[in-house]
Amino acid sequence: MVTGLLVALGGAVGAPLRYALGQRYDARWHHGTLAANIVASLLLGACVGWSLDGSALALVGTGFCGGLSTYSSLAVQTRDLGPARGAAYAAVTIATGLAACALGFVIGQA
Amino acid sequence: MSSSPRLLLAVAAGGAAGSVLRFAAGEVAPDGTGFPWTTFAINVVGSMLLAGLLLLPLARRSAAWAATLGPGLMGGFTTFSATSEQGRALLADGRAGLAVAYLLGTLGACLVAVTAVGALAPRLPAEDEW
Repeated sequence: MVTGLLVALGGAVGAPLRYALGQRYDARWHHGTLAANIVASLLLGACVGWSLDGSALALVGTGFCGGLSTYSSLAVQTRDLGPARGAAYAAVTIATGLAACALGFVIGQA
Repeated sequence: MSSSPRLLLAVAAGGAAGSVLRFAAGEVAPDGTGFPWTTFAINVVGSMLLAGLLLLPLARRSAAWAATLGPGLMGGFTTFSATSEQGRALLADGRAGLAVAYLLGTLGACLVAVTAVGALAPRLPAEDEW
């Protein structure tokens, strides 16, 4: 019950932050959504590297990082960009997201 | 240009609910150590529902409801960070094939879902794609 509330609180902060980033930085290229997904991946990687668990992981990892990042927007934006630009956008997002997680993990372990 | 406080609150409320739904799905069916099927399913279903958002009259009539349900509920329900982290963990575990299958499989399935639903639904305005 308490864990669920922490997840809700994290999501309630992360989701509008992503929305504001999209509004500010998404134009012909989705820099805002990309930034939200990469920062969330970096932070989640750090949470795991730091072995965060329980309430802290629920608030920051599941809630905030999950709310800040989005797969649904990534999928719809990729489709709307068309085959060439969409493939580039998805490839950059996925590769950078993976790298951000790895970097976060190393930072978290340090 | 700054987001109206009303729309930010709408996204926050939807994001809270979506995040809790994702958390609950993970409690009911944990991802385990193999292919993360629960997160995969969450992302495919959430992408499909976002692409079909404007099939809902409520979302067509009200910008606040569209923000609550699209970038809020579906944005909070789906997750890119967990997918990346699961991919990283599979790679670190030496399961590169599974990691690639998961990352590309998620993207492919989500694209098929949004394309299929997109053939029926009106195209989303930019602000509902954030």
